[in-house]
Amino acid sequence: MTVSTLQKTVARPAPQAEAATALLDVRGLRTEFRTDGGVVTPLLGVDFSVAPGETLALVGESGSGKSVTSLSIMGLLARPAGRIAAGSALFRTRDGASVDLARADDATLRRLRGRELAMIFQEPMTSLNPVLPVGEQIADAVRLHLGLDRQAALAHALRMLELVEIPAARQRLREYPHQMSGGMRQRVMIALALSCEPRLLIADEPTTALDVTIQAQILVLMRKLQHELGMGILFITHNLGVVAETAQRVAVMYAGRIVETGTVREVFKAPKHPYTRGLMECLPANAHRDERGQPVRLKAIPGQVAAPGRQPPGCAFAPRCAFAEPRCESAVPALAAVAPDHQSRCLRWSAL
Amino acid sequence: MAAAASASVSSPGLGLALRKLFRRKVVLAGAVALVVLVLLALFAPFASPYDPSALKVLERLRGPSALHWFGTDEFGRDIFTRVVVGARYSLTIGALTVLIATVAGTLLGLCAGYFRRLDTPIMRVVDAMMAFPDILLAIALMAMLGASLFNVVLALAIVYTPRIARIVRASTLVVRELLFVEAARALGVSTARILFRHILLNTLSPILVQATFIFAYAILAEAGLSFLGVGVPPEIPTWGTMVAAGQQFADQAFWVVLYPGLAIVIAALSLQMVGDGLRDMLDPRLRKSL
Repeated sequence: MTVSTLQKTVARPAPQAEAATALLDVRGLRTEFRTDGGVVTPLLGVDFSVAPGETLALVGESGSGKSVTSLSIMGLLARPAGRIAAGSALFRTRDGASVDLARADDATLRRLRGRELAMIFQEPMTSLNPVLPVGEQIADAVRLHLGLDRQAALAHALRMLELVEIPAARQRLREYPHQMSGGMRQRVMIALALSCEPRLLIADEPTTALDVTIQAQILVLMRKLQHELGMGILFITHNLGVVAETAQRVAVMYAGRIVETGTVREVFKAPKHPYTRGLMECLPANAHRDERGQPVRLKAIPGQVAAPGRQPPGCAFAPRCAFAEPRCESAVPALAAVAPDHQSRCLRWSAL
Repeated sequence: MAAAASASVSSPGLGLALRKLFRRKVVLAGAVALVVLVLLALFAPFASPYDPSALKVLERLRGPSALHWFGTDEFGRDIFTRVVVGARYSLTIGALTVLIATVAGTLLGLCAGYFRRLDTPIMRVVDAMMAFPDILLAIALMAMLGASLFNVVLALAIVYTPRIARIVRASTLVVRELLFVEAARALGVSTARILFRHILLNTLSPILVQATFIFAYAILAEAGLSFLGVGVPPEIPTWGTMVAAGQQFADQAFWVVLYPGLAIVIAALSLQMVGDGLRDMLDPRLRKSL
């Protein structure tokens, strides 16, 4: 280990998984949707926790349940179709109280949303109201949660726009979303989400819709703001490069369950679940060259995530897994401790 | 901070929007006619030296002249004066009808579009009401309510509320699924605020266009009701009551019905032209530039 990486390790807060200190502690979260074709269950029991000031990346391919997880925590499931069937999501508010977001009533959730929990969406082009100036939109949230008057709220909105490094913020305050670029709008969304200094920020693929240079700027900005405001971030993404950039811990989701979790360093260095390994091998940077030095075709994981409700009785990844054995298909594997803060839901993790 | 505080909701694009609206000559003509009518109605007492209800039987059924621009009616009353005073009544009836129908229709439409459980009950009643021809429903309502100025407004508002409700519901169904509504919810915004600040603001343009058309229909319908004798009581000079009273003299004195009739046509037509212009400007699919 080089000196610089050692320093980094020391500088970062020690990962804390204990529920007592966690900002958000999700246990056995199970979410169902009633559809015309019966009940589907995109979340089959999800466990993770986010410590204050920590970034947990939730990774997985489309359909693995990442977004449903965030909507469940925020209480934004489309009702009456969607509901949390089991589990808990204990959230520690700034006055020290513990609220179970999975069971909280509407009024409680509404009070927490924006003030204690905030969310950034993937689509900056459509997440802002097109007919209100952005300053008004930020001021609205501030007035709602901090009880400021109009003028103070607008002044606060200006400070927020400056905080997210929007040039000519004073002018931008009066502009409408259509007068801004995608990157600018995402900055406004971040300003909006952070305007009441939430304790937990859920970022649902906040950079996916942006081009690469803007992506990097937004990520740097989010890291800076996290440092300044000390909030926990649940960062949802399917981009492993972004995970390495932003998160301290990572949870890999597959078909409604977390299949591997641990520090980013450990999981990336030695993935102990075939799915995580497959994801890593999909990265162009990890593409191999053959004996003659010719680049090998990028590897892809064969097949698709099984649709909710049509999952095999055993490990959901078994049908696509190169390491699968007959015993993998009999029962869902439990999370096995690979290292003190590294777990894998694979029976054969030691063979990987 | 002072500058930030003054950064209120201003519309820098208003001048541009108006210029775009009036680029079409027809729209401009409609707007000018409308403004003239409204000004005449506002300053009706100063527009002519005559009393609109003073009877001068010796002067009855005089043709248009320098003294009586539009001639006189069967009681010798100056028709120009009565058309101008009639503008007050007719435009007021139209405006009040639009106001009530728009407020009621918007509330119903928002509720039907946003709350799934209210959709069916509200919209089936709306459909049932829209199945009747406008004027027939208005006549039936007038028969129930009795002839008076306010009842005309009420009946017409009831007739036109379903139209607004339909349009608002359709827009609400679209807007409520947009991401910014969910984003607002994620910020803890209450349902009422989402409805009125986020959804209503985004459905304003179709409401505005429809309200303009309903203004025109309401003026026509008021004239129709009054002409049929189930609208405004005959002693109140609206354009409709004037045409109704003048019809029996139309063969000997065409001006008795011509001028109030023309006023109805101009008012309805100019409103339609402005409404068309607004629709073209506000509907992005029809918009040619930008």
